Amino acid sequence: MKSVMVYCEVENQKVADISQELLSAGKRLAQKLGCPLEAMIFGSSLNGIENQIAPFGVDRLFVGNSMRLEPYRTLPHAALASKILKEEDPQIVLFGATSVGRDLAPRLASVLNCGLTADCTILDIGDHLVKKEKKEYKDLLYAIRPAFGGSIMANIINWDMHPQMATVREGVMKKEIFDEHYATEIVEVDVNAVLKEEDFVVKIIDRQIKESGVNLKDAPIIVAGGYGVGSRENFDLLVELAQLLGGEVGGSRAAVDAGFIEHNRQIGQTGTTVRPKLYIAAGISGAIQHTAGMQDASMIISINNDPDAPINKIADYVIHGDLGVVVPKMIKFYKQNAK
Amino acid sequence: LKIVVLAKQVPDTRHVGPDAMKPDGTVNRGKLSTVFNPDDLHALELALNIKDRIPGTEITILTMGPPKAADIIREGYYRGVDFGVMISDRRFGGADTLATSYTLAKGIEKLAPFDLIVGGRQAIDGDTAQVGPQCADKLNLPQVTYVEEILEIKEDEIIARRRLEKGIEVVSAPFPCLMTVHGSSPACRSRHAKRVMKYKYARSATELRSADEFMIDLHTKRPHLTIPEWNVEDINADVEKIGLSGSPTKVKSVENIVLTANEAKLLNDSDADIEMMIKELIEHHTIG
Ligand SMILES: Cc1cc2nc3c(=O)[nH]c(=O)nc-3n(C[C@H](O)[C@H](O)[C@H](O)COP(=O)(O)OP(=O)(O)OC[C@H]3O[C@@H](n4cnc5c(N)ncnc54)[C@H](O)[C@@H]3O)c2cc1C
Ligand SMILES: Cc1cc2nc3c(=O)[nH]c(=O)nc-3n(C[C@H](O)[C@H](O)[C@H](O)COP(=O)(O)OP(=O)(O)OC[C@H]3O[C@@H](n4cnc5c(N)ncnc54)[C@H](O)[C@@H]3O)c2cc1C
Repeated sequence: MKSVMVYCEVENQKVADISQELLSAGKRLAQKLGCPLEAMIFGSSLNGIENQIAPFGVDRLFVGNSMRLEPYRTLPHAALASKILKEEDPQIVLFGATSVGRDLAPRLASVLNCGLTADCTILDIGDHLVKKEKKEYKDLLYAIRPAFGGSIMANIINWDMHPQMATVREGVMKKEIFDEHYATEIVEVDVNAVLKEEDFVVKIIDRQIKESGVNLKDAPIIVAGGYGVGSRENFDLLVELAQLLGGEVGGSRAAVDAGFIEHNRQIGQTGTTVRPKLYIAAGISGAIQHTAGMQDASMIISINNDPDAPINKIADYVIHGDLGVVVPKMIKFYKQNAK
Repeated sequence: LKIVVLAKQVPDTRHVGPDAMKPDGTVNRGKLSTVFNPDDLHALELALNIKDRIPGTEITILTMGPPKAADIIREGYYRGVDFGVMISDRRFGGADTLATSYTLAKGIEKLAPFDLIVGGRQAIDGDTAQVGPQCADKLNLPQVTYVEEILEIKEDEIIARRRLEKGIEVVSAPFPCLMTVHGSSPACRSRHAKRVMKYKYARSATELRSADEFMIDLHTKRPHLTIPEWNVEDINADVEKIGLSGSPTKVKSVENIVLTANEAKLLNDSDADIEMMIKELIEHHTIG
């Protein structure tokens, strides 16, 4: 059957944000194709989990509910997913480009012998003419991803091997409720009939996960610092400005590597992709790996003592100066002028 | 233990100098030098560290790439591997991750028996992190991705700490298994001067074809310097599954991202400039 399928991540009865974003993206593709949207979710104590999934317009939900499925491990999830994918034969399958999705999706692509496009930022449907075969392939997935350090966007397609799979970065697709009362058919997967003992050879001995509490993706304002901030103490200035403006603090990888700021606040290609209303970049040079994660901000202010810093090319306000001088002035004048 | 390290030669996308971009804003690939993929150096260190702990461990480094990728094998020798093998054949060109992992898996099978395969988490050019898990599937091995440290090696299992987005996980896996190594793991030790002396004349068969008499003579006397180079037939690969024909993903189009200069307001750190900006931002409801 023609359908779009989304692999949903879940932990402690909470469906991951990225998965809900994918359901919205999947719904848009399914509507273009005029086909149903399906989803699969594997975890433990999942009774009622459909309430977090149905509103995105999911027609069928495959639920694998077992203590043995949480936390995520590669082999049992791969065994269940490949069984469902072989039986349902969807046209398109989407995964989050997360530590789970990037572990699972390639393994499945190998099992199913199909193509997988990594880290997409745009998904669309379109046609492609294969000149050699003189054949027009209709309704293909256009999986569009930045590559080469963000300097190119490649549109990657796959017409001859089934299904077409893609991983999508967190924070790029918009989450949209389709219908609060959408009727979703639930299919219970007989987990024990599928899984074998050898699917559990890798054992989890310890696990320490911090719910970061940092929500860069949804922050309307981000004050980000780079290596030019110079120290952890100087970062406090940025924290003060961010709090004043009701925003979050972020950083470049160089700032993270130098220990100025925590890893979970890194913005860019290997950090979080953000698109805030306002992005203030202080002491950030603007390497493509950094700009790849923030260039869609509606407004960008760059504070840099180098007038030729590459970030200035994409900034709306370029402040040439020492951030140690500029940031305190921004704090002062905001306090004076804000109502 | 017998360990196979997977390492890839990649364009150095990190040190994009002024001449690495053409005037139209596109990447000038010819100007980018090639390097040992950074994560793969971490994978190499992980293997060398195991060898330190368990004497008698044997490390083979395996790379697939054009003739120039012999650099990877030499670098491996300089830092302490025991053997190096290249998979090189024009017919492997244009491979996506599925075809790449099929090819590497065929090469690894030829190196059997082995206890552990280690690769980097991802390569900095394609940046997919797909090859490791795909190889694990092709070889029917359990996989442990994003490894940061090996905590313990027992008779029949290995215990590793993994680095996840929001934390860490400690897992045990039986031998044989495949691991991909995270960039937060220890950096690779440097070259060993004695080993550089010993292996600087290591050459692949292709390189020997254009070598001088001295080199050819040396390789006759010291055959261990010749880097084995395997082609499609050597690894018994199905031509339908390699290169372009074995690659489901195809690039339909590529759009260069040109960082266009927009009309920015240029300010300095004076009170007047900063206050003007803050007032504008408040007025336009960007802040406040
Ligand atoms: C595969 C890969 C992935 C990567 N992923 C990311 C990523 O996700 N995010 C990311 O950010 N980077 C990433 N990078 C790293 C990236 O290439 C850059 O190295 C990094 O972004 C540089 O950080 P920076 O701008 O803070 O530091 P620098 O490049 O060192 O810039 C510091 C800037 O501060 C300015 N400055 C110094 N002092 C002052 C002062 N007192 N006042 C004002 N300005 C000052 C300087 O003029 C300079 O412009 C990645 C790299 C690779 C290879
Ligand atoms: C711009 C661009 C975009 C691409 N997008 C995709 C895509 O979305 N999907 C897709 O299937 N292919 C894609 N490719 C093709 C892909 O880059 C190649 O197949 C490449 O050979 C392997 O993928 P990778 O560089 O992403 O490696 P990764 O999967 O990131 O590499 C992981 C590890 O595998 C090992 N490894 C990888 N290649 C080799 C090798 N040749 N020799 C030895 N060890 C190796 C290394 O240990 C490495 O650290 C893309 C290529 C480019 C240039």
